[in-house]
Amino acid sequence: MDGQYSEKVMEHFRNPRNVGEIPDASGIGNVGNPVCGDIMRLYIKVDDKEVITDAKFKTFGCGAAIATSSMVTELVKGKTIPEALKVSNHAVAEALGGLPKIKMHCSVLAEEALRGAINDYMTKKKAAKA
Amino acid sequence: MKKIYLDNNATTRMREEVLAAMLPYYREEYGNASSVHAFGRTARNAVDEARAKVANLLSATREEIVFTSGGTEADNLAIKGVANALKSRGDHIITCAIEHHAVLNSCKYLEKGGFKVTYAGVDKDGVVNIDEIRKAITPKTILISIMWANNEVGTIEPVEEIGRLAREKGIYFHTDAVQAAGKIPMDLGKMPIDLLSISAHKFYGPKGVGALYIRKGTKITPQFHGGHHEFKKRAGTENVAGIVGMGCAAELAKKEIPEEIKQLTGLRDYLYKGITSKITEVTLNGHPTNRLPNTLNVRFKYLEGESIVLNLDLEGIAVSTGSACTSGSLEPSHVLTAMGVDPAQTQGSIRFSLSKDNTKEDMDHVIAVLPPIIQRLRDMSPLYEKGK
Repeated sequence: MDGQYSEKVMEHFRNPRNVGEIPDASGIGNVGNPVCGDIMRLYIKVDDKEVITDAKFKTFGCGAAIATSSMVTELVKGKTIPEALKVSNHAVAEALGGLPKIKMHCSVLAEEALRGAINDYMTKKKAAKA
Repeated sequence: MKKIYLDNNATTRMREEVLAAMLPYYREEYGNASSVHAFGRTARNAVDEARAKVANLLSATREEIVFTSGGTEADNLAIKGVANALKSRGDHIITCAIEHHAVLNSCKYLEKGGFKVTYAGVDKDGVVNIDEIRKAITPKTILISIMWANNEVGTIEPVEEIGRLAREKGIYFHTDAVQAAGKIPMDLGKMPIDLLSISAHKFYGPKGVGALYIRKGTKITPQFHGGHHEFKKRAGTENVAGIVGMGCAAELAKKEIPEEIKQLTGLRDYLYKGITSKITEVTLNGHPTNRLPNTLNVRFKYLEGESIVLNLDLEGIAVSTGSACTSGSLEPSHVLTAMGVDPAQTQGSIRFSLSKDNTKEDMDHVIAVLPPIIQRLRDMSPLYEKGK
């Protein structure tokens, strides 16, 4: 094993924040596949001032995958879209007190899920305008 | 919180009798078994006695038991030792896809040196395909190595049949019996086996000691070079206390195997019944009946194993996703993959491996704690849709 989970990771694993779906989500990000052992689905709700008012997730994966999903939803709530785009995988890992080296890809997945959700939101917005 | 240990295929709790037998060889009787003085003779006698007990567990003779540092070293010695000894005769080895990494990586190492290795497949229950082995045999085949029982799913392999086939063709047969020894009876007087690896800590003995059974007359090149220890097959000062502990564990196992098989088969099947009566979409990994009495490996659809292991750990229950030796890896289990389990489902497998310390109350506790964990994780899983 390459290091243990931090207390913060275990705390988010035990009590993940924002589990679930947003039925009328403004954007949804889907990343990962079951063969690799991680799938994240991230939902965001964005208001007309481009502020993320809500975020929820569903995740299939290890302890780190669940904890990073939980943390990324916490980090982006209340942020504007440009602010949220600055949330990196390192920021997610750092907020969790670090991740074991072999689990860093989970934080990458969390970042990709967030970007996926934002892209989905922007595409939908563009389509609505057109 | 009550702690329940169900990871006995990783390692077992050393028995009190074993520890008690070992302690004098750390304290008063610290001689080197090769020394001629009284200290040395006492150590030598202890090693000889332990050798007789290990030989008795396997129904082998004393001269056929070579002590090693564990199962991994025994596998390395068997495979590389035979390959070195017989390389002028042939360069082909047959093994199977679900072997422990001690065997697989020894074979991979030999491949780099020019040996050719055939990895026979297994069926959906994890039973090796004997036809595939038969067809792979060439005049250049020098060794067949097939495990007695698989560490992840517990399936028992047809070693007698494979051994007979090897003997007919004049090929050495090695079996990695690390998970089987001390758990099911073995009679090497009757079995066509030339080399067999065992490890003490899998049957309530100490870690850091194992043995390779080498049938009389089998050609093998030592892998450690040094003194004349272990019939010149494994140099290095004997781990006297460890060897004594292994002897004690072997003696106890020989006596208690029949009773333990009954106890553990009962508990294991009770646990499986309990789990499947309360949780849907659970599938058994491994042979339904011809399996180690203590091993239950199941997969829970829509889930990833580590999240189950961590949740059970928070409840004081120790289980694993598969082999402890591969838990640092993100790859799906090579055993389940070879068995043809849907790749999306290999990740959701959990191994419960029992010991004689476990009770029916332990099983009831797991059966009570597990369903809400599985439900909570499934509710969190994007693969699990409502209405299921």
